[in-house]
Amino acid sequence: MRSQWLDSALLTAPGRHKNGNYIVKDNRPVNLDIGTMRLPLTAWASITHRASGVFIFIGMAVLLWVLDASLRSPESFASVVDWLSGGLFKFVLWAILSGLIYHSVAGVKHLVADFGIGESLEGGILAARLVIAVSAVLIVLAGLWIW
Amino acid sequence: MVTAVTSFGRSGVSDWLLQRVSAVILLAYFTVIGFSIAGGVDYVEWKALFEQTWMRIFSMLAIFSLAAHAWIGMWAVFTDYLTERLLGTTGNVLRLGCQIGTSLLIFVYVIWAIQILWGN
Repeated sequence: MRSQWLDSALLTAPGRHKNGNYIVKDNRPVNLDIGTMRLPLTAWASITHRASGVFIFIGMAVLLWVLDASLRSPESFASVVDWLSGGLFKFVLWAILSGLIYHSVAGVKHLVADFGIGESLEGGILAARLVIAVSAVLIVLAGLWIW
Repeated sequence: MVTAVTSFGRSGVSDWLLQRVSAVILLAYFTVIGFSIAGGVDYVEWKALFEQTWMRIFSMLAIFSLAAHAWIGMWAVFTDYLTERLLGTTGNVLRLGCQIGTSLLIFVYVIWAIQILWGN
């Protein structure tokens, strides 16, 4: 389930259904303050999924720019290859790729959870650990591939 | 008050399903791109790949998936953190501003992608 801890407890309490639309009740008392809580690993995995999503949405501009330049002409393609020898450009690409990797792996976890797998507390913690471990390996591999 | 008026499908279940379908399409697309460039690629091969009809259709499918996926995802983030409860009236103004910015950026991405695929 999508960040259950967040949706149901903290910020936008799931609303009632009216005329088929999702309406968030704003008069429900809110007793929890996210800033005063120690977030468990599952919460970190979830919030990183969100943060990486926002990040790669912005980063998509860089990827489109690279795609544009790489397809325009042989000279333009050569200049992309040339940029790739620069450290800063490598780092930017690696950062976007890392965001994409984490977001994808965490996304697969959601899809798996949609089939009812790993919905228990233990299952959720294990899944979060797996997501972090698998992403870390892939992010390192992406770094090795770029450099 | 945060309502469903700015969500993508105007219904939580619709957004939930679209988010997953678009996610699978995007995952497949980035996997294909990843495998195409992992072993190194030259201009001729790269250009030829994007001139194939299936690749152009797949790319369009991916960019439209990205449009829906980003809209739904950014909506979820904005309506959680940029709210009246957390930030007062500023929250509402900021949220709507961010949503307008997001939709503009999505629009730019879609047009840009079309331009890349058919304009070059």
